[in-house]
Amino acid sequence: MNEICLGSAEIFRAGCARGELCYQRCRDCGAVQLHTREHCARCHGLQVGWAVSGGLGVIYSHTTVHRAPTPVFRDRVPYVIALVDFAEGFRLLLNVVGDARAEVRIGEAVRVVFGPGIDGQPWPQALRCAGTAD
Amino acid sequence: MTRTPLALISGACDTAVGELPGSTCLGLHAEAALGAIRDAGLAVADIDGLLCAYSMTEPHLMLASVVAEHLGLQPVHCAALSAGGATGVIAVMQAQALVAAGHCRHVLVVTGDNRLTGLSRDGAVAALAGVGHPLFEQPCGLSVPAAYALIAQRYLHEYGVPTTHLAAVAVAMRRHAGRHPKAHKRTPITLADVLASREIASPLRLLDCCLISDGAAAVVVSAPTAVPVMSRPRVALLGAGQGHTHEHVSYAPGLREFGCHRAAHIAFAQAGVAPHDIDVAEIYDSFTITLLVELESMGFFAPGTAGAAALAGALDLDGELPCNTHGGLLSYGHAGPAGGMFHLIEAVLQLRGEASLRQVHGAELALVHGDGGILSAHGTLILGAI
Repeated sequence: MNEICLGSAEIFRAGCARGELCYQRCRDCGAVQLHTREHCARCHGLQVGWAVSGGLGVIYSHTTVHRAPTPVFRDRVPYVIALVDFAEGFRLLLNVVGDARAEVRIGEAVRVVFGPGIDGQPWPQALRCAGTAD
Repeated sequence: MTRTPLALISGACDTAVGELPGSTCLGLHAEAALGAIRDAGLAVADIDGLLCAYSMTEPHLMLASVVAEHLGLQPVHCAALSAGGATGVIAVMQAQALVAAGHCRHVLVVTGDNRLTGLSRDGAVAALAGVGHPLFEQPCGLSVPAAYALIAQRYLHEYGVPTTHLAAVAVAMRRHAGRHPKAHKRTPITLADVLASREIASPLRLLDCCLISDGAAAVVVSAPTAVPVMSRPRVALLGAGQGHTHEHVSYAPGLREFGCHRAAHIAFAQAGVAPHDIDVAEIYDSFTITLLVELESMGFFAPGTAGAAALAGALDLDGELPCNTHGGLLSYGHAGPAGGMFHLIEAVLQLRGEASLRQVHGAELALVHGDGGILSAHGTLILGAI
């Protein structure tokens, strides 16, 4: 089956279930994109392939949320959100997990781990490389 | 200096702002709309174009048609636009294009919502979080304040400035609001109050965040030849621009430069003026960081210096750039798409010399800027008294 027919969100989720952080790379122009779609947002070709990230990134920015947007997050506050720049060239918004997650700083190295997301299914999270998992 | 108007802002009106129990979205629309038409010296039947935004309390697939019906209007052009906080400014640009093309003579732009009393506060926060990406942002619990907090954290890091630079904006906006009898929040606040207010999403605290208010605002955009002669100064649209770089914060090209740069650049070029020519600026301030980024991106202050300028009083009535003389979204009020329209109403009052205690002496040139999403959609207007 052509993987595009599966729906790019499903491919991403399936990667999470295998413990793999998948991202897209255009086979024509080489552009990397994470917000998955069926075309390349740079050259607009349809030859978008998938690759697996090494899972290492750097904190671009972060915030500790004290006021949850919806009830499902209310018992999680305070929780940490970060924009992480991955080595392969894509940026992804992740929750930072692990001890001392609130101490996370811009420029700090993190690696991706997979834990239950809000729907209980495996979802990527950022773990400080110096820290330990929950 | 003789300036050629692209269009005239012939009428302007905003309703009471704040907590308005019993108000309705359509009722607020009607009050602002009829007020703006009256202010223009026109009859309702003169309005041949209608542009609306959107409502959270009375959502409808065709809000402009609902509003036209409610007002008893049968316009030749009628549409609802949706660009978040930039909607009002973008609607004025569209209205100008409609009168310039000869499709309409008088376009009513009206926005409003009873977002405070018509929704629970939790409901409003949850609804706004819907701007986050459904797959890559919402599952992280990203609220709108959290998205702006990411920008603020990066800003503080890049420029090595303290959170007092953010707080200074909140204090300045409240100082302005204290001079406006209609402002939602008028009690003076200090830097210490801002820094001691409840944490929302670090580094942003409660007083770094805009209000949630009820209210509505409307303007009439007219062809320059179609406006009745009045004794007061006429308010002309001299330049306008937009900039759009992304919707979701995780897809922003960076967290330093946003579409406000391009929007302002286009507007300044069209009007033939520069930032230092602007007498009064009314700039979207959904959060304290929003205003700092926009002021710098638009060329009013060097990168990383707008907070220090605010601390030194640059945004005050007698400062280098009187900014948000009504108190902005942080203190005047924020009623959905009407929030950005309040800035426009204030600019019109300033240029007519009708701003009372808030009047910037001799104000002839004003800039209005709206931002939608997470600094995603931007529109800039340059207005002049002629």
